[in-house]
Amino acid sequence: MLNSKIPEGPLEKKWEDYKSHVKLVNPANKRKLEIIVVGTGLAGASAAASLAELGYSVKTFCYQDSARRAHSIAAQGGINAAKNYKNDGDSVYRLFYDTIKGGDFRAREANVYRLAEVSASIIDQCVAQGVPFAREYGGLLDNRSFGGAQVSRTFYARGQTGQQLLLGAYSAMMRQVGLGNVKEHNRHEMLEVVKIDGKARGIIARNMITGELEKHFGHAVVLATGGYGNVFFLSTNAMGCNVTAAWKAHKEGAFFGNPCYTQIHPTCIPVSGDYQSKLTLMSESLRNDGRVWVPKKVEDCKKKPQDIAEEDRDYYLERKYPSFGNLAPRDIASRAAKEACDDGRGVGESGLAVYLDFADAINRLGKEVVAARYGNLFDMYHHITGEDPYETPMRIYPAVHYTMGGLWVDYDLMTTVPGLYAMGECNFSDHGANRLGASALMQGLADGYFVLPYTIGNYLADEIFTKAIETSHPEFEAAANNAKERIEKLLSIKGTQTVDDFHKKLGKIMWDYCGMARTAEGLTKARVMVKELREEFWKDVKVSGTNEEINPDLEKALRVADFIELGELMIVDALNRNESCGGHFRLEYQDAGEAKRNDEKYAYVAAWEYKGMDAEPTMHREDLTFENIKLQVRSYK
Amino acid sequence: MKFNLKIWRQQNAEAQGKMVDYKIDNVNPDMSFLEMIDVLNDDIIRKGDSPVAFDHDCREGICGSCSMYINGRAHGPLKGTTTCQLMMRNFTDGETIHVEPFRAKAFPVLKDLIVDRGAFDRIQAVGGFVSVNTGQVQDANNLPVEKNKADLAMDAASCIGCGACVAACKNASAMLFVAAKVSQYSLLPQGQPERKLRVQKMVAQMDEEGFGACTNTGACSAECPKEISLSNIARMNMDYLKASVLQD
Repeated sequence: MLNSKIPEGPLEKKWEDYKSHVKLVNPANKRKLEIIVVGTGLAGASAAASLAELGYSVKTFCYQDSARRAHSIAAQGGINAAKNYKNDGDSVYRLFYDTIKGGDFRAREANVYRLAEVSASIIDQCVAQGVPFAREYGGLLDNRSFGGAQVSRTFYARGQTGQQLLLGAYSAMMRQVGLGNVKEHNRHEMLEVVKIDGKARGIIARNMITGELEKHFGHAVVLATGGYGNVFFLSTNAMGCNVTAAWKAHKEGAFFGNPCYTQIHPTCIPVSGDYQSKLTLMSESLRNDGRVWVPKKVEDCKKKPQDIAEEDRDYYLERKYPSFGNLAPRDIASRAAKEACDDGRGVGESGLAVYLDFADAINRLGKEVVAARYGNLFDMYHHITGEDPYETPMRIYPAVHYTMGGLWVDYDLMTTVPGLYAMGECNFSDHGANRLGASALMQGLADGYFVLPYTIGNYLADEIFTKAIETSHPEFEAAANNAKERIEKLLSIKGTQTVDDFHKKLGKIMWDYCGMARTAEGLTKARVMVKELREEFWKDVKVSGTNEEINPDLEKALRVADFIELGELMIVDALNRNESCGGHFRLEYQDAGEAKRNDEKYAYVAAWEYKGMDAEPTMHREDLTFENIKLQVRSYK
Repeated sequence: MKFNLKIWRQQNAEAQGKMVDYKIDNVNPDMSFLEMIDVLNDDIIRKGDSPVAFDHDCREGICGSCSMYINGRAHGPLKGTTTCQLMMRNFTDGETIHVEPFRAKAFPVLKDLIVDRGAFDRIQAVGGFVSVNTGQVQDANNLPVEKNKADLAMDAASCIGCGACVAACKNASAMLFVAAKVSQYSLLPQGQPERKLRVQKMVAQMDEEGFGACTNTGACSAECPKEISLSNIARMNMDYLKASVLQD
């Protein structure tokens, strides 16, 4: 039933052949075709700009007050590209291979190869836009290394790469806004997909200032709405990041791929209290020069780090993974940190932290060089914790950061609903069970600049005779009514528990049972708990204010309602996958702490079909065939 | 820690606003200012009232959403810090804290502490870009950029578009914001072909939006959470002057 529409032919020819044969839309017709883009992060903004440049009429939507604030802006470390500027043996194939291996052999070969192929063009494009990447004294671009790779292929702009890339995409998009080709809708939240005769034809969006439920038509709808890490309550995501758009698409027939694949990032500032609203990431790039350690002896854990002798320190990543050392991939580094803390050797007040130490780097390179590389990150750490990382090691702990799962898409990035596309973190496609550092920016921009603008033509070429549908159409009315009823219901419950009470409860269940380590027993229990939580939510939630005003409490209630439903699907998926791979670690399936995959039974994408609120979802399998890479145990030793 | 809070409450853009007193007594010094407001709001919601509305998103100092005017200063008392990274340990136990929205004619209040900063987007749309379409470019390393210039461009590009410069300025001028964008491109070879046109268009739009004039007092740069340098304004003025008087 699932058709991933991977083109025929050898791997390295697929995309080129596809581009040569894909259907085209002539410029006069493009003007008549309207495309809705939801989300204005790297994927959304770059797609909106590129589609408008091609001549399509584009409408963008975002919940922030400006497109420039999408959470891509917070990405710190860098963006991968197979440029081989360092002459260190990099190539498209190597980037492809590293990404497939990094994803623990759970991604689609053809998509990943295409990603690696277009990666170099992204850097060219961004430089042409005036993105101020880091440079060497000769004036050429500088690179650094990231986890899971033995080459230096990461381009960066200090510790603010996401900001600079997003501002590049945003500026390209704003140019089209100025030219009248993109119409922006900021402070709007998409609440429904509208389907007419089986095809996506528009959305219902709530104007977050007036509360009006607006109906918008599009010949195609593109979702670039990011990930769902906030299902855990605490994550490195922005406060507003949510799954609502993707979840509504799911309920309208878009299958959800691998929802249990969550990335726990190893280097975040540890939790300090229960008032805490979010977790702050410390870029993976820090592991280029920082060394991760815990005391060897439990009794040393409460000592000051400076008072612990060199021979009493356990540089556990260097010890366990000598060939990658501190640059072991994220899932592995996170689990190793958890293991050390479970072992009683965690540091700090809570015992849930490990050290990331720059003393060696400062001795070797000098404080100035270290400051030039990581200055803003050190400052951020200092601001938040009140401790100076130039003087004392940082304390870090893993935190939810990224979701590899998402809406299932074919090679064209189209979901199982015709005319409905998903890009960037919002789709499931390229990172398998674990994403490598500096690959999210790469994927977001690859999808938006270089993939979707081609592939969407394949669908729209057959839509040139479709006239814009009036939003008085019954399907628009029905979808708007759905949203209206949901809002009225939420406001009428007037229960005793706040939206945050529920969100925190959900987060705790998900972290405890569907977080870094999962078991069949725990997941089974968690599923019941989440179901109960959903019932309780719809009976007892307290939402203040009205619909007809700026109402952050209502906004959040709508999002948390969807997170609860998604949480259950994540658990179902985690329970179904009786193996460990990447970010999905089932305690029953391991080799002395290392993830134990089961390729015979689970080398597939689990794409879930929604069957109704209390019905079992149906799983559809997309078998992953590896024709160019040999499946093997993923070793970084 | 305990605090007396005086917070600007305003139902919507048309309504009259006023300062309202709140007391909060369970503040942890390691909380951020926004987390302190979260705790206050939690209390307000439980009492059945409407929570204080404020813009916020990333809470790591980069998205530029948060925009409070705290004790008469944009983003509060700490240099180089956004409200979301301002920790309560920087206040004195028991003190009275005034919280207002950013005030400027070009930033109308939408509700409580939320203002409309759409003017910045409109300035960006008239010239804050290099006109280059996707796919029509050369290899990135065919365009070497002097490291010093690239670094200065990066300094300017660090602007998060929060509007603190406008809020801090007695004239509500947006010069620092506009100059940061203009400078980023003026410093780079990519920005040269449109250099003149860009500065003229962006400055014209800035004036149209109702921002005030610059009198070089430097409050913008002093209060900027990203410490964008005042020299960007000098660079923009130079560009503007050249664009106005010099023929090609």
